[in-house]
Amino acid sequence: MEQKYYQKEIETMSVPEMKKLQSEKLVKQVKHVYENVEYYRNLMDEKGVKPEDIHGIEDLHKLPFLTKADLRDAYPYGLLAKPLDECVRIHSTSGTTGRRVVAFYTQNDVDLWEDCCARAIVAAGGSNKDVCQVAYGYGLFTGGFGLNGGSHKVGCLTLPMSSGNTERQIQFMTDLGATILCCTPSYAAYIGETLKEQGYKPENIPLKAGIFGAEPWTEEMRQNIEETLGIKAYDIYGLTESSGPGVAFECSEQTGMHINEDHFIAEIIDPDTGEVLPEGEKGELVFTSLDKEAFPLLRYRTRDICVLSRKKCSCGRTLIKMAKPMGRTDDMLIIRGVNVFPSQIETVLLNEGYQPNYQIVVDRANNTDTFDVNVEMNPEQFTDKVSEVLAMEKSLANAMKTMLGINPTVHLVAPKSIARSEGKAVRVIDKRKLI
Amino acid sequence: MAIKQLTIFVQNRQGSIVSVTNTLAENNVNIRALSIAETQDFGMLRLIVNDEETARKKLVEEGYLIKTIDVVGVKIGDAPGKLTAALGVLDKEGINVEYLYAFMARTEKHAYVVLRVEDNAVAEAALEKAGFHLITEADIEKL
Repeated sequence: MEQKYYQKEIETMSVPEMKKLQSEKLVKQVKHVYENVEYYRNLMDEKGVKPEDIHGIEDLHKLPFLTKADLRDAYPYGLLAKPLDECVRIHSTSGTTGRRVVAFYTQNDVDLWEDCCARAIVAAGGSNKDVCQVAYGYGLFTGGFGLNGGSHKVGCLTLPMSSGNTERQIQFMTDLGATILCCTPSYAAYIGETLKEQGYKPENIPLKAGIFGAEPWTEEMRQNIEETLGIKAYDIYGLTESSGPGVAFECSEQTGMHINEDHFIAEIIDPDTGEVLPEGEKGELVFTSLDKEAFPLLRYRTRDICVLSRKKCSCGRTLIKMAKPMGRTDDMLIIRGVNVFPSQIETVLLNEGYQPNYQIVVDRANNTDTFDVNVEMNPEQFTDKVSEVLAMEKSLANAMKTMLGINPTVHLVAPKSIARSEGKAVRVIDKRKLI
Repeated sequence: MAIKQLTIFVQNRQGSIVSVTNTLAENNVNIRALSIAETQDFGMLRLIVNDEETARKKLVEEGYLIKTIDVVGVKIGDAPGKLTAALGVLDKEGINVEYLYAFMARTEKHAYVVLRVEDNAVAEAALEKAGFHLITEADIEKL
């Protein structure tokens, strides 16, 4: 019989039981953090909260929030809750100078994370009969190692391809009969188009399922990928701060992602007041880890705008579901899977002697993000030689690439030519229409 | 000796050149020579006009990115081979021409070449030594 759940007792646990389990774990996790993380202890002390005040999930709201700014302040070891000799791994955000977040893992943290990924693979129909092609990047990025570990746990034959080299991806996929593909949705779409160009029909591609995440994607994109590859495409959610992919995963119903509630408590808050909102309301997603040893995060604000739902799911899982994130509370953009903050562009411009008058234009062409930055030139920088202006554009693009890790196309434009509304320039135009 | 060239940065989009020429027309500035260098995104409009000062002032007021530089203007005969002769002089001296454009005189039978080089004085000396007549701002105003 086809395996339906990876950890049935957890994934189908009754809600009261799950809440009881979460409460027990929360008390321990808070104590662990308070005793071992000075940074968070100070936050709790400032708020006048002691570990003894936390008796269960009903007391969660008493705890202070953690933000990305805290993670940066505490870089690199400030939130570490275990001695380094008990840690076995680090991963880091797709990262960028000044914004890098480094997460630490004990062996147990890695194990539980891989369990989360294994649940996602089984929910996508995976078993030890499958050949799982992992085409997420391997390295500091969590995608490759996370799904690789999950695939091992399920017992799939794992193809640790990493990202890129599409010809080789296709060769392995077709020669070795890969049945599950794990990568970013845009890379899946690209692989699909390449297969199509090479004359493959969906029925001749061995894949049956894909687990795609690490960047926002639309329902249209899902349909497109499902049609070209002849598969069912599943969404997966996670962030480096919380281990990586696998915080939440989609099941066959494809109506939101089940959150691994035995490891994470999800809350939705009003981003302005910090007030917890009732189920079904839209707000900022906040996660509290329950089992993390090395890098536990209590009430971490993800900045993702989201809705939770406990509606009964046809897959039989009782885990609460989160909708696809509908936006951000900050101005972060995810371009080609990389986090980009407009302030980083501003920093580069100031460093390179430009005024911070710019506009980021993001679009999607052939299922790949395009990333253009228009920059107003200073009158004194202007020369009559085309070659010099082109060289200035190129050197600015290189400086941005160094800062961001992805390559923009820079266009120098005339002063005051960037559209301003009410005197304030429009900094970001995102034409991808993802939601 | 050199003559003044206005370089105006224009976005590569409909209407951007006409709005420059419109400003010039409204201020009674006459264009003597014009050349455009274009890329996918932007263009550079290079102009020799009869009244550089007014043109520059008005275009700056309109918010254009603009730069005035000195270029070499040389008179050549209007006959096959004359441009080659002038360029040959520069080539022999090892002077690199960044760009050039030419225009015809209205009445006399000769043409003018505008040359952008690294060192105007060196190029002018070489051309004069070879017997070429250089044009000045005063000449431009009279054209």
